[in-house]
Formats: sequence, structure tokens, C-alpha cells
Amino acid sequence: MGIHLREVRKSFGPRDVLRGFTLRVTDGETAAIVGPSGSGKSVLLKHVVGLLTPDSGSVTVDGAAVPELKGRALVRLRRRIGYVFQFAALFDSMTVAENVGMGLRRMPGWDRRRIRARTEDCLALVELAGMGDRYPAQLSGGQRKRAGLARAIAPSPRYLLYDEPTTGLDPVTTAVIDRLILRMRDELGVTGLVVTHDMTSAFRVADRITMLHEGKARFTGTPAEVRAAADPVLRGFVEGNPDLYFGAGRARSEDRAER
Amino acid sequence: MIESVLRPFSTLGVRFLALLEELGRAATLFAAAFRSLRNAGVWFPNLLPEMARIGVASVPIALFIATFTGIVMSLQASYTLTGAIPVYFVGTLVGKTMILELGPVLTALTLAGRVGANISAELGTMRVTEQVDALETLAYDPLAYLVVPRILAAVLMFPIVVLLAMTIGIASGWVTALQLLDMSSPEFVKGLRLFFDPWDVWFAVIKSVSFGAIVTGVGCYCGLRTEGGAEGVGRSATRTVVVASMLILCLDAFWAAVLL
Repeated sequence: MGIHLREVRKSFGPRDVLRGFTLRVTDGETAAIVGPSGSGKSVLLKHVVGLLTPDSGSVTVDGAAVPELKGRALVRLRRRIGYVFQFAALFDSMTVAENVGMGLRRMPGWDRRRIRARTEDCLALVELAGMGDRYPAQLSGGQRKRAGLARAIAPSPRYLLYDEPTTGLDPVTTAVIDRLILRMRDELGVTGLVVTHDMTSAFRVADRITMLHEGKARFTGTPAEVRAAADPVLRGFVEGNPDLYFGAGRARSEDRAER
Repeated sequence: MIESVLRPFSTLGVRFLALLEELGRAATLFAAAFRSLRNAGVWFPNLLPEMARIGVASVPIALFIATFTGIVMSLQASYTLTGAIPVYFVGTLVGKTMILELGPVLTALTLAGRVGANISAELGTMRVTEQVDALETLAYDPLAYLVVPRILAAVLMFPIVVLLAMTIGIASGWVTALQLLDMSSPEFVKGLRLFFDPWDVWFAVIKSVSFGAIVTGVGCYCGLRTEGGAEGVGRSATRTVVVASMLILCLDAFWAAVLL
């Protein structure tokens, strides 16, 4: 059970984005993958839900190999996974309520009344009660993220994938989103995988943090272990210290060149 | 030296391979869209709204163009036929050209701009803002949801819009002949009926079905292949209009060679 990525490699043309990334997310925990922008965090997340297929390596969810799933099996998997997009990816021709109910419309046994009730529950859960009639363009950035979260949780998924859930938000709204992520774990028992470059947020929501660096998992540990880590790249990233972060990277490149 | 001589051939080869690759990708997309026809539960609810958007909303612009085409055709026919040829041939010329060529082709070229660019920009925006990915994560088949209803709507609605445009074009030519060319209605109708063949109307319908598929197919393909932000969306829309217009003219020649 859980999400397991093993030795995942992915290239786009000449660019190697993932170079053998391994991670296991166990049931009930919230794991965070941290790393700088452009390091391949979102690419990684898209592998879990089958939007991308790895060049090599394996991606399994509840023991099922995601890249091999097709048709109904893939649909069943996607109903177990909610995906919160970086910029919410709300359908702008639909109201917020229609967006939230979108995933339910295709599920057997869901009539209009049941969908409306569930939509209202989900909007209340993300503190957007009464905003179902608005269009995405009428919402603030934080409200859009919360609407995206409501849409993701509407089909009651076992897993929630969060792609940069706090990017571009002010500190207060960031704290609101973080609190919601914790509520998803604690109240709904959802297993979470958060990719972010916001270390404050990662420390707040994650049971375990993995640093993605140069396409690989460089460090995995609890928030306390991450804070205490001596690894210069990790410390450079956590402290926002470019000299430490890039210095360590440069030193390693020079080592490789010498060898 | 040899390198500089070979460079143009190499560039040509690279472009040809890129074209083949593009054709392969398009064929794969349309084959997948064809398979998505079985997901009727996904595409059917979107079919009527798309028919209204692609077909009904296109009627005013199609009729506007047909009206003025009919007027110009009538005046130019009269100008060309002055003297040697009986004036009732104005009706023949207006009828034949509106049905066989100008009705379907001008309407299709106009809709390549109106409908094709619109579809491309809409799907392109959905692609770059991850709305297409969002559809997939919500267990929707994006081809069944986005592509199939648009192509089906165009295939069903283009012939209707073209038939309306042909009718209005002939009617405006007729009115022009009466008001500006001193022709009588019996004269115009005599010319109109002279070489009329019902097959011509079927020919126009067949052409417009294929034009509908081309305009929406190219729009969907370019839209879903959009990369980058607003610039990419703009590029896709332009590309759709150019490619769809070229394909419309190629298909027009093809149908003329095959069916006439």
C-alpha cells in the first residue's frame, strides 16, 4: 500500500530531469519533496497520477504499476488520487461549484442532489461556503487554491498530491492552506505528497521531507532531522544561502571533473 | 565547402522529417479521438452547446459574406457577359459558383478564422494552464470531452451554415440583378435553372462536411499541442488558421477532381 517510486528516470530531449529518484510514501503520512524551482518536482508528481510515464524505473500506487494502467484501471486509480495544481487549474468556463462537482459527475450513483450536497460540504471544509456560484476569475489566489483543493477532495480520494500549494501566497494565506493540508491528513485520513520550495510550509505539514537535487533524492528525514542535517546543499536550501547551496554543488562538480 | 553545398539539402531533410513526425502525431491524436467516440457519456452532453457555438453563432458572419459575394458575383457576371452572351446567364453564373465553390469555400475559410482560431486558443489556454491535465486527473478522457464534440458539431453544422450561405448568396445576387441590372425575375430564374443539377448541392454538402472536420481537427490538434504561455497560444491560433486554410483549398481541389 502507499506510493512507491523506484529509480525513476525521465528526460525531456537532452535534459535529464529525474536521474533515478526513489521515494516511498506510506499510508496516512504526509511527505514533502523540496527542491528549487525547475528541479523536477512537478514532473515527479505527474508520474504518480499517470500524466507522465518514466523512461525507466517504477511507479506504483497501492501495488499497481501506474505506467502500465490503461482504460478503466487508470480511471479507478485516478479516482483514488486527488491532485491540487500549482495554479489551481480550475475550469474557467464553470462556476466554482461546477468545478468541485466535476469529478463526481462521472462516478456511478451520484445524482445532482448528492453532487450538490457533497460540493457544499467540500466548499465548507476549505472555508469557501457560499462561493459556489462565483467564477474562478472572481476569486483571489488563495481562494482559487482552496477551490482546487475542494475539487481534489470531492471524490474522497485516499491520496492527495499537492503541487506547490503555497506558491505566490501571502504568509497568512499560506498558513491557512497548510492548516487545510493537515486537516486532510488528520480528519480525512488522506495520505499526502506535497512538492514545494517553501521550507516553512514543508516543516509545518510534512511528517517526512525529501530533498530532490539533480534528479535524485539527496536527503530524506523528519523535519527535525532536516533542521539538524549537516549536508551543505540541504542546509544551503533550507537557510536560503546561495553560497552554501551552489558552493557545494560546484565543489562536487569539480570533484567529478577531477576523477 | 561540401558542407555549405549540402546544408540546404540537410535543412530540407530535417524539415521533411519534422513534417512527417507532425503528421504521425496528428494521425495518432485523431485515431485516439475516434476511439473516444465510445465514451458517449462524456462527449454527448457537450455536443449541443458546441453545435450552438460552432454552427449557430457562425451564421451571421457566414451570411454577411455570402450576401456581398452574391452582389459582387451578379455585378461582375453582368459586366463579363455584356453583349455576346444572353443576360440570363447572370443567374447561371451566380447559382453555379455560389453552390459549387464560393458558398462552401468562402464559408469554410471564414470559419477557419472564427471557429478554428477560437478552438485553438481555448484548448491552448487549457493546455498551458493545466486544465487539460486536471480533466485527466478527474478521470475524464480529454479527447472525448474536448475534441470529439467539437469535431462532431462542426461536421453536423458546417453543411447547414453553408446551405444557408449559398441560399442567401443566390438571393442577394438575384435582388442585385433585379435592382441594378434591369433583369426580370423570370430571366434570372431561367439562368439559375439552366444548368442546375441537384448533385451540385450534394457536392457542396460533402465538401462542407470535410471542411468542418478539417477546421475543428486542426484547431484541436494545434490547441492541445500548445507550449509556453500567451505567446504559445497566439502561435497556435495563427498556425490553425494558416494550416486549416491551406488544407481547405487542397481538399477543394481534391473533391473537384474526384467528384465532378
